[in-house]
Amino acid sequence: MRGEASVIDQIKDFASWFFVSGDPLIYGADVAIALTTAAIIFVLSYFGKWGWLWREWLTTVDHKRVGIMYIIAALLMLFRGGVDALMMRTQLVFPDMKFLSPEHYNEVFTTHGVIMILFMAMPLMFGLFNIAVPLQLGARDVAFPFLNSLSFWLFFFGAMLFNMSFVIGGSPNGGWLSYPPLSELTGSPGVGEDFYIWGIQVSGIGSLMTGINFIVTIVKMRAPGMTWSRVPIFTWSVLSSCIAIIVAFPVLTVTLALLFLDRFLGAHFFTMDGGGNAMMYVNLIWMWGHPEVYIVVLPAFGIYSEVVATFSKKRLFGYGSMVFAMLSISIMAYFTWLHHFFTMGSGANVNIFFAISTMIIAIPTGVKIFNWLFTMFRGRISFTTPMMWTLAFIPCFVVGGMTGVMLSVAPADFQFHNSYFLIAHFHQVLIGGVAFGYFAGLYYWWPKMFGFKLNETIGKWAFWIWNIGFYVCFMPQYVVGLDGMTRRINSYGWDTGWWAMNFTSTIGGFLMGIGFLFQVWQIAHSIKFMEKDTTGDPWGARTLEWSIPSPAPLYNFATTPLVTDRDDWWEEKERIAAGKMPKEKPKLEPIHMPKNSPIPFIQSICWFTVGFGLVFHWLWIAIPGFVGIALTLLAHSFNYDTDYYIPVDEIRQTEAKAGRGV
Amino acid sequence: MAQNHTIGGHGSHGGHGEHHGSLGEYVIGFILSIVLTVIPILAVVDDWFGKTATIAVLLITAALQFAVQLLFFMHLREEKGPRYNLVTLILGLIVVVVVVYGSIWIMDHNKMY
Repeated sequence: MRGEASVIDQIKDFASWFFVSGDPLIYGADVAIALTTAAIIFVLSYFGKWGWLWREWLTTVDHKRVGIMYIIAALLMLFRGGVDALMMRTQLVFPDMKFLSPEHYNEVFTTHGVIMILFMAMPLMFGLFNIAVPLQLGARDVAFPFLNSLSFWLFFFGAMLFNMSFVIGGSPNGGWLSYPPLSELTGSPGVGEDFYIWGIQVSGIGSLMTGINFIVTIVKMRAPGMTWSRVPIFTWSVLSSCIAIIVAFPVLTVTLALLFLDRFLGAHFFTMDGGGNAMMYVNLIWMWGHPEVYIVVLPAFGIYSEVVATFSKKRLFGYGSMVFAMLSISIMAYFTWLHHFFTMGSGANVNIFFAISTMIIAIPTGVKIFNWLFTMFRGRISFTTPMMWTLAFIPCFVVGGMTGVMLSVAPADFQFHNSYFLIAHFHQVLIGGVAFGYFAGLYYWWPKMFGFKLNETIGKWAFWIWNIGFYVCFMPQYVVGLDGMTRRINSYGWDTGWWAMNFTSTIGGFLMGIGFLFQVWQIAHSIKFMEKDTTGDPWGARTLEWSIPSPAPLYNFATTPLVTDRDDWWEEKERIAAGKMPKEKPKLEPIHMPKNSPIPFIQSICWFTVGFGLVFHWLWIAIPGFVGIALTLLAHSFNYDTDYYIPVDEIRQTEAKAGRGV
Repeated sequence: MAQNHTIGGHGSHGGHGEHHGSLGEYVIGFILSIVLTVIPILAVVDDWFGKTATIAVLLITAALQFAVQLLFFMHLREEKGPRYNLVTLILGLIVVVVVVYGSIWIMDHNKMY
């Protein structure tokens, strides 16, 4: 009897260590996860959709479907990161609130940051890359479709690994960049930091591969006649972003690998007592972290440029300077990382260099603002939702940019450092720049993805609630930051005088949450009620992706377009309107397509297994994972059956169904 | 520039059977990279030199390793058409210099430890 009892006790001990326990919020989450999983399994089984899911989505290499999966995953992560944000704002709404314990608060702000940057902004950006870039180039797919699918699944399982930490093992709580010594074993003895390391490592490999994939796609897969001066501006922004990705992400991988060696093997890269230096970690992580800011914002600049030109019915003003500005930003982003740790004590000369480089990088950004304004000048502007997000972005980003320049003044930064002023600044550029841009892009390309527009009325409600919420939330944070409130505190006293500002800020946060709900409603409502777009060009847009039916057929372009102008589709429409003959199209030929493959999905599960095993130091789980990765690599290397041809008849039928004669 | 049908994963090698190094070159490259990996490991583990000399050896072998990779495996010399390789290499070198020299410069001035 005693033996049995102790086995049960052992299981109990294990479970209370393995599963996060002791917090009603977490138990609620456990229940929610179990119910959602059960619901998904039930729905898929009831409607007999497992085969469909596997064939059409999990194994797909089609860039459009990969893009849609990225976007769905990113919106789910936006929800989770948003809930984290609201939990923090709730904790801070009054002084001495008892909503979250200090440990829980640390975990929440850490995961909020990581999720919003790495598992929301990045995949939403990659989703839009996938949707738009091959279509803008007149290409059939990305350069490496298999790799593209692998990138997505690595991101997905990396994100899942990271998300798992809040119900299993415990979340990381060392801040979103996990500075040592807090993230060393001495500071974080639990498994949270290991979840952080492996979640990011696995998805980071995917990001790096996406960067390579899109550079090659843009360099090699442009339609005939598309010289560099005719490449659409969004594609240029993707190229500059990807250049930054391929240089920045290896730094992140190495930095986190070193941190892992410290934790797993007792190395001393960043521990002071073993001859290491924690400052080196800060130096390295920002060498990735600063370019990362530009990685996510450059594509948003590209989206604004497309949207402004389309809805002003004018050519983009200053195309050349725009391209130059984006490329120079992507290079200069590597010369500014130290401004994140002016107060680290590297002396005046070092600080001066990086202060000036930071101020210089504001110049190309300013150039772009003027280009957008001049594009609108004397244009026929239509106030659609993508355009409204773009218009809202401009003042928001100007304010965010100016507070950024304030922070770049090194002596002043000693005052602003780690205060809510900083928090307000980077949320202003990341929400006002990145999130607004991706929303604009999502609305803009939605018809191309699904064949119908999103409801404009609900979209405008969402827009206004979001925007008002944004200013109500973040403007008080500038004030309270100047008043001395520092970041990462979970509670403050009545005597500080900060409560009014925090109270207002929390109201704004919840308004943004309501704005998000409106967007969800907008999508749900539109799926049910919106009319199908039969033109393929609902906005009267300018670039090649609008010349084909919506949603784009599997092969994108029935015949490869021959490009003769910058805004080729717009010029073609002008020619037709002027009564001239449309461009002659080449004869239909069978189209070469990549075959679906289960390997990316399976291999990513193996990576997940490796990560999970290493998090818990369970080599008996990690080693089979490694073996699985090796086997899937081998299997793919010897698989020569990777492509097929779509016959001409089938192309003709598909095009006829979309209302196009060929 | 033309749309080449590089779909399917191993497409970038398809269609234009250009020279991609012989077996001999690969073997030489392989052996050189092993040698250039073993030297710094032993230099650190067996403590062959003093501190400064070891750092110098590490830097030199790293630079040589870089060259070996580019010449024997990345086929730097075999480019036709637009000079993407050269541009990429220059960009890579700029970034490497910024990262390595920048870190040394910053950490050297660090008074906090």
